[in-house]
Amino acid sequence: MQQIIKFFLRNKTFLLYLFLLSIAIVFTIQSHSYHKSKFINSANFVTGGIYNSTNNLSIYFSLKSQNLLLQEENARLSSIVYTPNDTVNGSFITDTIYSGVNYKFTPAQVIKNSYSATNNVLLINRGKRDSLKQDFGVITQKGILGIVDRTSNKFATVLSILNTNIKISAQLKNTNHFGSLMWDTKSPQVVQLHEISKIAPLKKGDTIVTSGRSIIFPKGIPVGTIKDFRLDSAENFYTVDIQLFNDMTNIEYVYIIENVDKSEINSLIKPSNE
Amino acid sequence: MNNTAISFSVQFIVLMLAQVLVLNHINFLGHINPYLYVLFILLFPINNNRLVFLLISFALGLGIDIFSDSGGVHAAAALSIAFIRPVVLKFCFGSVYEHQTIKFKNVDFGAKVIYFIILIVIHHFILFALEIFNLRDIILVLQKTLFSSIFTIILCLMATIIFSRKT
Repeated sequence: MQQIIKFFLRNKTFLLYLFLLSIAIVFTIQSHSYHKSKFINSANFVTGGIYNSTNNLSIYFSLKSQNLLLQEENARLSSIVYTPNDTVNGSFITDTIYSGVNYKFTPAQVIKNSYSATNNVLLINRGKRDSLKQDFGVITQKGILGIVDRTSNKFATVLSILNTNIKISAQLKNTNHFGSLMWDTKSPQVVQLHEISKIAPLKKGDTIVTSGRSIIFPKGIPVGTIKDFRLDSAENFYTVDIQLFNDMTNIEYVYIIENVDKSEINSLIKPSNE
Repeated sequence: MNNTAISFSVQFIVLMLAQVLVLNHINFLGHINPYLYVLFILLFPINNNRLVFLLISFALGLGIDIFSDSGGVHAAAALSIAFIRPVVLKFCFGSVYEHQTIKFKNVDFGAKVIYFIILIVIHHFILFALEIFNLRDIILVLQKTLFSSIFTIILCLMATIIFSRKT
């Protein structure tokens, strides 16, 4: 017994190091699996508050470009209002029926953006108070942005599409060939669409939209245009590089999409646990 | 004694806020950010209480992690360089360190640069290896380590020169 205590006392630095290191590694592994980062996220009172107050200052520097973006959106929306025949390109707003599913939009503001890491997480200024929950979709006026992860009372973290942990189902706009959207961490402007079937008619410049096969995003939210495509090593599927419509480095105003029928769909899909 | 404790707490908070509010958003050439907060660990006074030093380094890293939603990568990296610091100190400063009389203000500049380089490169390597967490992308890890280390080293040396009270 004495030997053991002596051993602990002699190696206390090393043991403390091992102990703290294992804590850090556990946090790291948690952050690498989808929706597992329980403790370490910036959607809490202190960090959210600090980011919020600094964002209140820095928001003035991007007012001009953000105003232009909003104006663009206004122009697009009013063009939809004044042209009854829906032929406006890529507008998901016009598709009001959304194949029978109801969606609710909530505006929000990004108070921390990130695009240089391999797993990028954004912070927005809406939280549980605004009835946000995990797995709500987040879009901008130009296209898809990410999925809500953790929520606190006033803030929520968003896993951006520039995150290696998320997959989003997307398809060609013209046909219904679909694949999953992932990011290869190379450039914040380009994401990859995997597992598009070999017979799909691909052309550079074609538009990619969300497929609506998941319950997070409605069908038809614009993602980007095809920049390049190649067959994968097994030569059965295309891997497509997509140039995003969004400038991920300049994001301020976003919309949160809530699928109103989510719980009903979930209860259908998930086997009831008896 | 109390005075130094206060000055180090202030340094701790200032470096952490500077890191998360300013330096994390530089994104030089797309993805290169300096991690200046390691300066706190590099310049922490040398005494015998290594347990406290390890705990403080861990807290600093974890604070950065919470702000930047990165799991525990900064905590692991900061903790590791705090743990191996005595070895590197012995390697770089030799006898001065053995006699426990080292003061960072008046050590040889060349030795200090080497000391900075070794610890910063190790820190960045652990940081990016854990962040990317994929052996397939080892080239990307090394590339990020190299570029960010250069940036951090330059910034750390500039900070020590600017804020030294020798004059």
